[in-house]
Amino acid sequence: MATAALTVDAPGFGSRVWSWITTTDHKRIGILYGVTAFVFFLLGGLEALVIRAQLAQSSADLVSADFYNQLFTMHGTTMVFLAIMPLSAAFFNYIVPLQIGARDVAFPRLNAFSYWVFLLGGLLMNASFFFGAAPNGGWFGYANLTSTQYSPGLNIDFWVLGLQILGVASIAAGINFLVTIINLRAPGMRMMRLPVFTWMTLVTQFIVVTAFPVITVALVFLMFDRTFGTTFYSVAAGGDVLLWQHLFWLFGHPEVYILILPAMGMVSEVIPTFSRKPLFGYAVIVYSGLLIAILGWGVWAHHMFAVGMGPVADAVFSSTTMLIAIPTGVKIFNWLATMWGGKLSLKTPMLFSLGFIAMFVVGGLSGVMHSSAAADLQQTDSYFVVAHIHYVLYGGAIQGIFSGIYYWWPKMTGWMLNERLGKTHFWLSFIGLNLAFFPMHFIGLLGMPRRIYTYDAVLGVDAMNFMSTVGAFIIGLSTIVFVVNVWYSRRERIEAGMDPWGAATLEWSIPSPPPNYNFTAIPEVVSRLPQWSDTEMKAIPTEPEGEIHMPGGSYWPAVSAVGILVLAVGALLESLAFALGGAVVLVVGIYAWAFEPFEM
Amino acid sequence: MDITLRHERGRRRLGALLGVMLAGSVVAACGGDYPQSTLHPTADFGYQVDSLFRTIFWWAVAVFVIVETMLMYVIVKYRERPGSPDPRRIHGSTLLEVAWTLAPAVVLVFIAVPTIRTIMNVTGDAPEDALVIDVVGHQWWWEYRYQDFGVTTATDLHVPQGQPVQLRMTSADVIHSFWVPKIGGKRDVMPGRTTFIAFTPDSVGAYYGQCAEFCGESHAHMRLRLMVDPPDDFDTWVRGQQAAPSEAVTLDADAQRGREAFAAVRTPGNHSCLACHAVEGLAFGALGPNLTHLASRSSIAGGILPMDADALTRWLRDPLTIKPGSLMPDIDLTEDEISTLVAYLLTLR
Ligand code: HEC
Ligand SMILES: [Cu+2]
Ligand SMILES: [Cu+2]
Repeated sequence: MATAALTVDAPGFGSRVWSWITTTDHKRIGILYGVTAFVFFLLGGLEALVIRAQLAQSSADLVSADFYNQLFTMHGTTMVFLAIMPLSAAFFNYIVPLQIGARDVAFPRLNAFSYWVFLLGGLLMNASFFFGAAPNGGWFGYANLTSTQYSPGLNIDFWVLGLQILGVASIAAGINFLVTIINLRAPGMRMMRLPVFTWMTLVTQFIVVTAFPVITVALVFLMFDRTFGTTFYSVAAGGDVLLWQHLFWLFGHPEVYILILPAMGMVSEVIPTFSRKPLFGYAVIVYSGLLIAILGWGVWAHHMFAVGMGPVADAVFSSTTMLIAIPTGVKIFNWLATMWGGKLSLKTPMLFSLGFIAMFVVGGLSGVMHSSAAADLQQTDSYFVVAHIHYVLYGGAIQGIFSGIYYWWPKMTGWMLNERLGKTHFWLSFIGLNLAFFPMHFIGLLGMPRRIYTYDAVLGVDAMNFMSTVGAFIIGLSTIVFVVNVWYSRRERIEAGMDPWGAATLEWSIPSPPPNYNFTAIPEVVSRLPQWSDTEMKAIPTEPEGEIHMPGGSYWPAVSAVGILVLAVGALLESLAFALGGAVVLVVGIYAWAFEPFEM
Repeated sequence: MDITLRHERGRRRLGALLGVMLAGSVVAACGGDYPQSTLHPTADFGYQVDSLFRTIFWWAVAVFVIVETMLMYVIVKYRERPGSPDPRRIHGSTLLEVAWTLAPAVVLVFIAVPTIRTIMNVTGDAPEDALVIDVVGHQWWWEYRYQDFGVTTATDLHVPQGQPVQLRMTSADVIHSFWVPKIGGKRDVMPGRTTFIAFTPDSVGAYYGQCAEFCGESHAHMRLRLMVDPPDDFDTWVRGQQAAPSEAVTLDADAQRGREAFAAVRTPGNHSCLACHAVEGLAFGALGPNLTHLASRSSIAGGILPMDADALTRWLRDPLTIKPGSLMPDIDLTEDEISTLVAYLLTLR
């Protein structure tokens, strides 16, 4: 994807790289997010395959216990923070300004800064592998296992610092998109005319800016405990290990919606387009998204049913969690109703959206099972939960994101992807995911806990684990098919044109890929589905009327991001010199950025 | 047309595959001997959770079938065919949307009511006459203290059949979770806090369990056995545990030398067995399992090795390979020392 801008007589390599480093164009930043996140996705997938290879049979010793712990910690952390979130961010960046009729995001340089901070945070976290000290406390890093007493190495420090850096990136991007969506809408693009993907982006960013501060607090406490000897989580000093759990899940459950709402938004764009029918119950889909975001704040302790909170708390959190099933169910019924009476064209984007619905239902139903505190006493921390999260996050989020990739790829590159390869990708991935994750329900019910690097044959789960491993490798294969498809698309260069799918929203009214200013003239929106509307929108001219001024590039965002990285390395090495150096770079970077002449 | 057919066939094949998977898994989960299964409870706690689970499960199956059938129906029925007309552009229907907001709400009531009822019943509170056992989680083994009997043991948890039992649990280090699926659900075991599980086991047998909260390097090796004994056998077991062991039997020469090796002070000091282990009348270490009646247990090292001469030998030779990260260090022992130590340990009945 990164090379999409390549032309035959491109400028020299150095200046091309430089133009990517200094870019503030939301579309190029979107591509950077997409490529980076996809690489991390492959890395997280590789970790998953090693995990599954180890678990293919009982008492295997392909990897050591500690390396296994590093693998599952990094698999979870990577997929959540470095793959799914930034893959969604790629679309926020690329698509949202196009959908609302804007020329860029509200703060283009802040946008570049978010990307560079995300990239460096991800690299820092993964650099730990080279020191044999990848994080090994699990993606939810429960205190007090993460204390220096029980985790003396650098492993947890990499994790704590990496996550804090990623939090900076997410919060900055969150504010940027909130402002963009609220303030940069084209004339006539009222809130209730926003495409659903943009709506879900708005809701997601609202959750990001409210939830990330919570985990930041938790992480700062942990960092202080580890580095300065404070005692927030130290039992001996009167601290409480449950403090971490409450803070973490107070962030962690809303995080689930940060992962799934964007995918729901994508599916809500794809289904109407390929059913040739407007979304059924637009308003209800939007409100249910909002409701999920709000209710999502009142359910965190369903991750803690086994800690013995007492029957009242258990009953309350069970009930609030069950409530969330209602707006979720409403969305599913609305999607079905959208297709009802439609003319369904089963192209690859649609297949992935259908796959999303089919699998998200499974994940949603096992979620309802967990919501029952008493029943969850058997399920929590077993493979049943592993099945649940993978139906939601692979069957849901990832399939939704692939739906989005296949849908918007022609817009982003100007070229089509191959349908045959796309369908192969879908079916392999669909079969693979069911083979990999369905047996896990039973593996869990038969008593296999999660996060164990080996299990005993006496449990009787060898065959099902083997099945699951085969499924995981089929998923791996399907991903290779996707990569081949990308290569194919670049080789064949089948022109997409402005609107290959006959879609309704604004981004399809301009060339693919869009020029750097997006719209020759800011459109005047007259309906929710401008391309399908009977009241014609004023045509967007093919040529701009005058010169369009776009902000120039800047390297200060990248410099500031490097400052943050150096600061973190200083904290990691407990080197004051490094930390001060990083702080200086950061301050200079932000200062220079603020006073940079605004090129017009 | 040709392509359509191929897809039709593909879909049917996929359906068949998923069917086989489902059937396979169900058959696998029902038959056979699954010592750690949540689906085959043997105590009141387990029965309640299981029956709640089954209620929810069938509701979930019903919803699953309805939604997926609708989805398949829509795909087959409304799939684009040559000449299919352009659809009517309907934007919504308040009536329908209210209906499918209420429908899940009603289903949820049928799940919420038994849920809350069960929550109230499985709090861990036990009747007055319950046998209270203190459970302490350690990285990576379980310790049990029967305060009423003055007995301390590890890994094998003995309880009498038919008698209410309450586990009063805490941790010596990090968070663990006590889970014996056949008696019921798990409950976390935390430093600085006390949590409870209460149950009345109703059938004699040995049930498997395992720590369920990730607790560090050898989390996978933190297993246990629940031994439900007939009441008489339980009493016999208690009396056996109360007796002072090694002094009661006369040790043969090997075992006598083993006893001396056990009591020997080694360098570094934390390599002396008695620094970490207790054997009544000989040693009072508390970091590792109490070994007073080691040989009466069914397994050692957190349930990952059987209790026999061979396993003990391997364990003393190289604990860290068997259990990565274990607090039992690799101690420089000669083969002779090991065999005498094993001979001695085997007398600790
Ligand atoms: C530094 C402390 C320490 C020392 C010294 C030590 N052990 Fe251990 N030992 C442990 C710990 C901790 C365990 C539990 C390991 C586990 O299961 O994770 C253990 C487990 C055992 C077990 C298995 C007990 C059971 O019920 O699972 C035996 C037998 C044993 N040790 C024998 C010895 C002998 C003999 C020596 C002296 C040569 C010795 N230990 C020295 C800490 C120690
Ligand atoms: Cu949650
Ligand atoms: Cu444990």
